[in-house]
Amino acid sequence: MPFFTRQTIAFAFLALALTAGMLYGADIKLLNVSYDPTREFYVEINAAFAKAWKAKTGDNVTVSQSHDGSGKQARSVIDGLQADVVTLALAYDIDAIAQKANLLPANWQTRLANNSSPYTSTIVFLVRKGNPKKIKDWNDLVRPGISVITPNPKTSGGARWNYLAAWGYALQQNANNEAKALEFERQLFKNVPVLDTGARGSSITFVQRGIGDVLVAWENEAYLAVNTAGKDKVEIIVPTVSILAEPPVSVVDKVANKKGTAVVAKAYLDFLYTPEGQEIAAKHYFRPRLKAVADKYASQFAPVKMFTIDELFGGWAKAQKKHFDDGGTFDQIYK
Amino acid sequence: MIKRRRNILPGFGISTGFTLTYMSLVVLIPLSAVFLKTASVDWSHFWETITAPRLMASYKLTLTTSFVSALFNAGFGLLVAWVLARYSFPGKRIVDALVDLPFALPTAVAGIALTAIYSQNGWFGRYLEPLGIKVAFTPLGIVVALMFVGLPFVVRNVQPVLEDLDVEIEEAAQSLGATRWQTFRLVIVPTVMPALVTGFALAFARGLGEYGSVVFISGNLPNTQITSLLINTKLEQYDYIGATSIAVVMLIVSFMLLLGINLLQARTRRFQEAA
Repeated sequence: MPFFTRQTIAFAFLALALTAGMLYGADIKLLNVSYDPTREFYVEINAAFAKAWKAKTGDNVTVSQSHDGSGKQARSVIDGLQADVVTLALAYDIDAIAQKANLLPANWQTRLANNSSPYTSTIVFLVRKGNPKKIKDWNDLVRPGISVITPNPKTSGGARWNYLAAWGYALQQNANNEAKALEFERQLFKNVPVLDTGARGSSITFVQRGIGDVLVAWENEAYLAVNTAGKDKVEIIVPTVSILAEPPVSVVDKVANKKGTAVVAKAYLDFLYTPEGQEIAAKHYFRPRLKAVADKYASQFAPVKMFTIDELFGGWAKAQKKHFDDGGTFDQIYK
Repeated sequence: MIKRRRNILPGFGISTGFTLTYMSLVVLIPLSAVFLKTASVDWSHFWETITAPRLMASYKLTLTTSFVSALFNAGFGLLVAWVLARYSFPGKRIVDALVDLPFALPTAVAGIALTAIYSQNGWFGRYLEPLGIKVAFTPLGIVVALMFVGLPFVVRNVQPVLEDLDVEIEEAAQSLGATRWQTFRLVIVPTVMPALVTGFALAFARGLGEYGSVVFISGNLPNTQITSLLINTKLEQYDYIGATSIAVVMLIVSFMLLLGINLLQARTRRFQEAA
């Protein structure tokens, strides 16, 4: 009998693999499919989560990220992109994944706290330094001669938040008169010289090309723009009321179950709600949910009265149908 | 009965089989998926989708801007090809290479660069604006973007023909008493015409489908929405059927145009050969 039988070798390898496994942990790979402005935020989250998970279980987690427009990302997942988790700009896009591809249950948004939105944002204005056009609130955007930059709500999720924020303001000013709100949007979009296809495109138009008096944008995008353009070029104006933008997150059940990553994917999303995750969110100018963290960063986030999409519009499905589908209010204002 | 003629070149069967398979895999099967997806919709709904006022406006815009830019490219592309084929000058190779750049460049880059130049604060835009000429965020901007994208199609089609055209032919025409204009009109133009028409057709067809560069410079306002953008807005509503319905229209229009131009060319060639 030779010294090394085939079994011995196999056993040796197995033992080695097991020891290595115990020493180095298993290698787990997650794919987080997200939207454009979260890139830098999730780079930091991924590193922090990998460290926390390693400390807890000894396993190595590598999270890959994919970024593009929110709607396009949802379509990729529907078409088979193997996302363990999705972190998109609006619930409507994750709803579509649930409906069209049946990859997660329809009630996905009730599974995590706060409408499955661990961080929020709101819609603010970015104006030229010193605010030469004296833009303070939404009604300043419809003044003749003001040039407003916002992306096309038909192609951009961010633009839909902008549109609904303006609509909500107009409703509140006009005792919920919808015809008046429609007229308000009509006046507003008369002042829009260009409708970029995405939020980043609009930022570029406003900041780099110097077009327009005011950019309507996500708060976190506005902060990024201030940081890149410089505080001597642009400044942020917070309107009196705005919309609570809730970018939701969810595990994609069917994919995660198939890959066997359901537990770690859930832990990844839970991590976003921890003090550490919330702190990172605040650092990237997303409004944290956790009060302690919110208080710590209070100076960064001006107080603003916010309404939610559920209160004013009865959820995304309704808002999408009424305002942004073909023949909706956005099409009507251009007739 | 006509006896099947064998081709002198061997390998007809295998090469044709390969060609057909290749064309099916790369072109036909993906395109037929568009048709199949659309086939699930009933006719009246399809018709309603593709004749909506916004879409009609977009067809008109897409067709006119593509046509105008292809026309410009046919004129100026011929000139560029002429200069490259006939003259030698320092830096000619660089100019020659520059012509191909629009092929290689991601069209989004072209769109961003052109918008930066032609917007109201851009290098050209700031001088054009006081003259009342707005380029960025108007149909004119779309024409500019499509001219950029389509130029190499004309130049690369015409240039080799001009290079093959012997100078002696022109000299012969002159020695027979033709004026310069007559030489150009009666000798050069008929020779390059088929290549020029092909270049024009390709530039035109390219313009119909262009998306990347146009969405940056067009501004996507109601009067500057190209058809490709509307396909995209349908997709954003998860209206796959609506999107493929428009795609089918674009497919048929482009195919008819290319086919028509090919037939026209075949006819002129026969006509010329007969003459």
